[in-house]
Amino acid sequence: MSSIEASSTLRHTAWVLRGNPVTAVAALGAALLMLVGIIGPSFVPYDPIASDVPQALQPPSAMHWAGTDQLGRDVFSRLIVATRLDLAIAVTAVSVSFVIGAVIGSLCGYAGGRLDRAVGRFVDVLMAFPLFVLAMAMVAALGNRVENIVIATAVINLPFYIRFARAEVNIRRNLGWVEAARACGENHLSVVLRFLLPNVLPAMAVQMSLNLGWAILNAAGLSFIGLGIKPPTPEWGIMVAEGARFISTGRWWLVAFPGFALMLAVLCFNLLGDGLRDILDPRMRT
Amino acid sequence: MGTIGVTLIRAARRFASSLPVLFGVLVFTFILMRVLPGDPAVFFASGPNAGKEEIEVIRKQLGLNRPMPEQLAIYLYDVGHANLGRSMMTGQPVARDLRERLPASLELTLTALLVALIAAVPLGVLAALRSGSIIDHGVRLFCSLGVCVPTFVSGLLLIYVFYYLLGLAPDPTGRVDVFTTLPPAHTGFLTIDFLLAGDIDGWWAAVHQLMLPALTMALFVIAPLARITRASMLVSLGSDFVRTARSVGLSGWRVVVTYALRNAILPVITISGIVFSTMLGSNVLVEKVFSWPGVASYALDALLVSDYAPVQGFVLLMASIFVVVNLLVDILYGIADPRATVA
Repeated sequence: MSSIEASSTLRHTAWVLRGNPVTAVAALGAALLMLVGIIGPSFVPYDPIASDVPQALQPPSAMHWAGTDQLGRDVFSRLIVATRLDLAIAVTAVSVSFVIGAVIGSLCGYAGGRLDRAVGRFVDVLMAFPLFVLAMAMVAALGNRVENIVIATAVINLPFYIRFARAEVNIRRNLGWVEAARACGENHLSVVLRFLLPNVLPAMAVQMSLNLGWAILNAAGLSFIGLGIKPPTPEWGIMVAEGARFISTGRWWLVAFPGFALMLAVLCFNLLGDGLRDILDPRMRT
Repeated sequence: MGTIGVTLIRAARRFASSLPVLFGVLVFTFILMRVLPGDPAVFFASGPNAGKEEIEVIRKQLGLNRPMPEQLAIYLYDVGHANLGRSMMTGQPVARDLRERLPASLELTLTALLVALIAAVPLGVLAALRSGSIIDHGVRLFCSLGVCVPTFVSGLLLIYVFYYLLGLAPDPTGRVDVFTTLPPAHTGFLTIDFLLAGDIDGWWAAVHQLMLPALTMALFVIAPLARITRASMLVSLGSDFVRTARSVGLSGWRVVVTYALRNAILPVITISGIVFSTMLGSNVLVEKVFSWPGVASYALDALLVSDYAPVQGFVLLMASIFVVVNLLVDILYGIADPRATVA
């Protein structure tokens, strides 16, 4: 990429961000969340799994900013520590399905024929499942572990990436510059990987940001119903599940704070995805 | 007659093309359930010290000792004869369990969709009419927030506000409280059955019980519905026929509702179909929060004790509903826009 092109992209990004401050705030929020996920656990005021029963079920106070749970654990510390796990699950799952989906989808879109039809059928079958139920069944089948939440979330995201990459490659496979690449003696694999895929990736990256929010909700939902992550581990979905028992006696903070964390994370990624789409959409560049 | 005929043929063709997908779902679920850890035979033996022989007997009863392809063939044969197997958990045929519980899920999901549409369509229309205004931004903000709050959190917070703080909602467990005498089941939809039985108090109690879970689900799906309404209304409001209708002096209300909205409703129907199927599947979380005795919570309970048959039955049921809903959308399309049948 030449420097003129790079600076024009930068200028364009800056222009879009100025016109759309919400995206800038969302990007900042997402970056902040990542930072909390990386360094947060070293700065928490209390041990997230040490119980302190005399302090159980205290409402938020100066000592415990988000109150304490039924074992007297500090909810705020648990929230911060949970950030890493929740984000790591979502990011890993979405990246895995992004990579696999991009490769399978673009090969199908380029090659067409029998492979394309077989994969297409498989995707149709996946899409006919209630996706959350499919994720539930997969975690139960593979075993109640964090890795399997990642795998299940990746699989239910996969159809979208395969379809997306397939469609995007398919409309480009016979364009002039692809023909030119072939005419210059590039083999098919190299045409797909070096010429077509880079043109499809930006649009897919937007999809990735939008899917991150969905992946977070999905993973938290699985642990809420008791699949995947086991109790003493701080995780937003489990914290809500544990707090659920105390909601009808008015202990709102056990549900509200982890719920708020979930909402904030999903909101940031969704708004960022919307903003990225505006930046990448060629129609916005005029 | 002609257009209806064409619509039906199209629907039939669509149905035929979805059969391989249903078959795929069957096989895939079967394989997935067979790799579940935990031996159902051990689980359902008399107790932890059940002898090896006893477990073997149960395995034989369940057909688990046969080779996998044979088990699959037997399963497919049974499904073909409307036999979904027997749940070890309830001891009843799965088809019967599902039939008993499906109305609860359908009642909840349909109410939620109705609530969502009643809120989303006017919001979307309003946002499109005043596009760029504070109303438009407000609707957009509401939509962005709506899809970010997981249903299990919004459900619990609604319980906190309406049950604990305000005391307006009843105890959030199940469809009616245990002391209510149930009406004779005609439809399985409690709100309808109570009305048929002429029991207004019971009807009111059932509606009360239904309100919070339905609202919880609706909040989550208002966003896609309102967004599509807005986008499609913007296109339709900007088109020539709306300008013509305005220029001949029709009232603003009439232009918006009969001209613009009627033409903008197609994408809303499509999205409603998708939203309905998705809600029915992701019901699990709401049903769990509100102890709603629907099919999703039934499947979850079965899944947690490795009881295969109910989960397979549930997934098959969901996939079938998915196909049926798509067909209905097709047919509605034909009614809403006769041109759609020409293609």
